[in-house]
Amino acid sequence: MNSAWIFAMAGTALFVGGIAGLLLQEHLLRKIIAFNIMGSGAFLALLGLGQRDGLTDPVPQAMVLTGIVVALASTALALALARRLLNLTGRMRLPPKAPDD
Amino acid sequence: MNAVLRLLVLGVLGALGLTLAWAMLTLPPPALRVGAQVAARLGASGVRHPVTAVLLNFRGYDTLLEVAVLLLALLGVLAVSRPVPASGLRAGAAPQALLQSLARLVAPLMVLVAGYLLWAGSHQPGGAFQAGAVLAAMAVLLYLAGLMPAWNEPGLALRAALTGGFLLFLALAALVPGRGPLLAYPAGQAGLLILAIEAGLTLSLGLLLAGLFLWLPDEREEAEE
Repeated sequence: MNSAWIFAMAGTALFVGGIAGLLLQEHLLRKIIAFNIMGSGAFLALLGLGQRDGLTDPVPQAMVLTGIVVALASTALALALARRLLNLTGRMRLPPKAPDD
Repeated sequence: MNAVLRLLVLGVLGALGLTLAWAMLTLPPPALRVGAQVAARLGASGVRHPVTAVLLNFRGYDTLLEVAVLLLALLGVLAVSRPVPASGLRAGAAPQALLQSLARLVAPLMVLVAGYLLWAGSHQPGGAFQAGAVLAAMAVLLYLAGLMPAWNEPGLALRAALTGGFLLFLALAALVPGRGPLLAYPAGQAGLLILAIEAGLTLSLGLLLAGLFLWLPDEREEAEE
């Protein structure tokens, strides 16, 4: 078992932890951070599995570079929407459903 | 969300994690070695670094669509941004002389570093995205030091510069091969085309990534409501 498996298992743990944070936290900023942790876990698992036979592989590295940039852009969009919600409602949580919906 | 539901979610996620770990551990060894195929064709790709070759030549389509996704995210940020009042410099922060002198000193150096990263991408880790990120960091530094105002509604020149990198990439991908497949660079000119694409992308990405920060709805809006 070489170091690639440590990356893969740690990536899986981060991914599952990120999903837990996304579902269970109610503060929007914490949801965005959990979403980022999910993404980082997925990248780590992808890189770890890419070198599981001991040879470095440039294709997963390029894919992860692309993924990091796209995760950055989606985080920026999520933060812009959260800021707009803060301006509109004054709270950083999703508004509760009205009882007659 | 009550305690029972929380425990249920945590239980399901724990099971998911264990299933993923088991699935990863029982993977068969890889059937084909993509790394060896990249190394075999690295000479014909136009650059010497395998990751840059994969990003801009072998999997160039992914990079093209990635820039399109970045532009879409910027559209979303622009849609929720608000007009900035006339003196858009960062309010509430007293101008700090030391920070401003440091920012003025470092900003041209960051442009230099971005240019080096762009050129170094052909034989070392580097390239368009790294150089664009350094340019964006320079713009954010200037804004945070109070030397540059937050950006207002983009004019025609800024819109042209933002989309210019993507359109240049698309044009070189579609027009250069003639009637061949997309992104088939002619042999011998691949290095030059990759450099041209990366230069256009550096400028566009620097503006785009800076805009993702500088067009965010600003904290001063709460005082207006």
